[in-house]
Amino acid sequence: MANLSVKATELVKWFGEGEARTYAVRGVSFEAYFGEMLYIVGPSGSGKTTLLSMISGILRPNSGTVMVENKEIWSLTNNEIADFRLNAVGFVFQDYHLFPRLTTAENVAIPLILKKHNWNESIKAAIQYLEIVGLKERAYLPPVKLSTGEQQRVAIARAIVGSPDILILDEPTASLDGDTGRRILHFVKKNILNETRSILIVTHDSRIFEYADRIMQMEDGKITEILKGDVDEK
Amino acid sequence: MIGILRLAYKLLVNDKAKFAALLVGIAFAVFLMVQITSIFAGVLEKSSSTVINTGAKIWVIDPGVKTPVYSIPMPDYVLDVVRSINGVKHAVPLYSGGALVKLRSGVYQSVTVVGLDDTSLFGRPELIEGQIEDIYAENGFIAVKDQEFNKLENPGLGTVFELNDHRGVIVGIAKVAISGLFGIPTLYTTYSRAIQYIPSMRYTISYILVEPKSNEATAYIKREVKRMGYEALTSDEFIHKIINFYVYETGVGMNILIMTVISFIVGLSISAQTFYTFILENLEKFGALKAIGVKGRELIYMILFQTTFTSLTGYGLGVGLCSLLIATATLKVPDYTAKITYLNLGFAFIMVLIIAGISSYIGIRKVIKIEPFDIFRG
Repeated sequence: MANLSVKATELVKWFGEGEARTYAVRGVSFEAYFGEMLYIVGPSGSGKTTLLSMISGILRPNSGTVMVENKEIWSLTNNEIADFRLNAVGFVFQDYHLFPRLTTAENVAIPLILKKHNWNESIKAAIQYLEIVGLKERAYLPPVKLSTGEQQRVAIARAIVGSPDILILDEPTASLDGDTGRRILHFVKKNILNETRSILIVTHDSRIFEYADRIMQMEDGKITEILKGDVDEK
Repeated sequence: MIGILRLAYKLLVNDKAKFAALLVGIAFAVFLMVQITSIFAGVLEKSSSTVINTGAKIWVIDPGVKTPVYSIPMPDYVLDVVRSINGVKHAVPLYSGGALVKLRSGVYQSVTVVGLDDTSLFGRPELIEGQIEDIYAENGFIAVKDQEFNKLENPGLGTVFELNDHRGVIVGIAKVAISGLFGIPTLYTTYSRAIQYIPSMRYTISYILVEPKSNEATAYIKREVKRMGYEALTSDEFIHKIINFYVYETGVGMNILIMTVISFIVGLSISAQTFYTFILENLEKFGALKAIGVKGRELIYMILFQTTFTSLTGYGLGVGLCSLLIATATLKVPDYTAKITYLNLGFAFIMVLIIAGISSYIGIRKVIKIEPFDIFRG
């Protein structure tokens, strides 16, 4: 059995109070493993982004626990959670959120800079990661000069530059055409996924399902189906 | 921390349009604030020019005197009493009054005539041409070479003019530290000639200049003078009294205050609004940084750095611009009255800090409230 990276137990999250209370996640439990690419799929409003946010230390659950490498993250202080996100999690946001006023290399270097690495060394490391995603020659251009697919790869480089254990991609193909989306996912699976990293992807794009090791279907805040793989497969 | 601040710096300055707008806003506000307060400082300094140029330690005046321009003459016995006070080293009379001069060209020009004590010439200006003894020569006057000198048609030694139908001769050209406020040239002569040439009331002593034997004697001299119903002020106290008059009794102070407040509001509105727009435009990016792992306090440092950097740069530009304008204006306009003092600069600096503080507060409030989850779910 592969090593456990994330263990979520009975996660519950609601928004609003009283009559306005809406449950986004209702008692979800699952496990993710190093070396696997786990998809969480489902229609809009099914709670998949909320679930991923609780796993990645962005959104505090109302109840339930999230163990990452045997540490319950929601018992940490806010600053410790920020450190956890910085050191253990890499994010690729749906809109990428690249800084248009910084160069591509500076964008990629941000996690290292936040970790208080030397600026020049961070830029050097960022360029190495840009090389991994095939954009070394674009290092000194602002992100707005890049195509959407290239921006996606810059966001991936930024997410992995700090060598996180968990990589989280939110709707990675939402802004990409089918071919580019498949190429990106192929690239991620081939070059970014490794035995010390697990990749969690929120998507409803069935064209990229082929790259998943496991696919969990969510609906109405619950995991309703395992579309691919098995809970114990690993 | 340096890396985060460098990141904040790049985010700020690489947004050239916003950064320029911020700088223009703050520099403009600083320019206005420093300019207005400098003009005020210049006016106040010039209003005290007689006190500063004369250099007496203690001035005995009528309590009703609020500015040297309007002196209230004192009877001669006051001079005698002051001279008899213990602790007075010497006391001399000073005359100050206005007269009309008919120049060589036939043009009439108002002048201020300062009459120095005949014996000591205490309070005399520094001569740059001529000999001080020549002031005793018949009809001898010393002209002050300041910004108003050309109004006397740039006289030289021996230049003849008429003063209240009396003949006058320039026997010396002097320089003084500060010229007067009202753009009127100054002529120095002896006290006796001044009261002879210029129509006077019953009393002729405008001021009594006192040199105390020691600084400790000043308090006693002031008490004794007060017993006579007059006022003895140190030069600083007299200057302060003059400043108070202009600030509180002429409306100048209130107008300057209003203009300064308007400048502050203009600067605050431009910079706070621009900075707020800057924050709003980058709000999602700040949220993304928060999601990546930036702590709240680090975001606060970033914003504080950005506002402080912008404010200080804008402050420097504003002060530089103001200095340039004042320097240029002083060269081109002889009567231009403006003086940048440490107080002006300190005041503008505090105002800029307040602008930076308010701008930071607005930005920080917005950024602190943003939840990474809002960014994450788009």
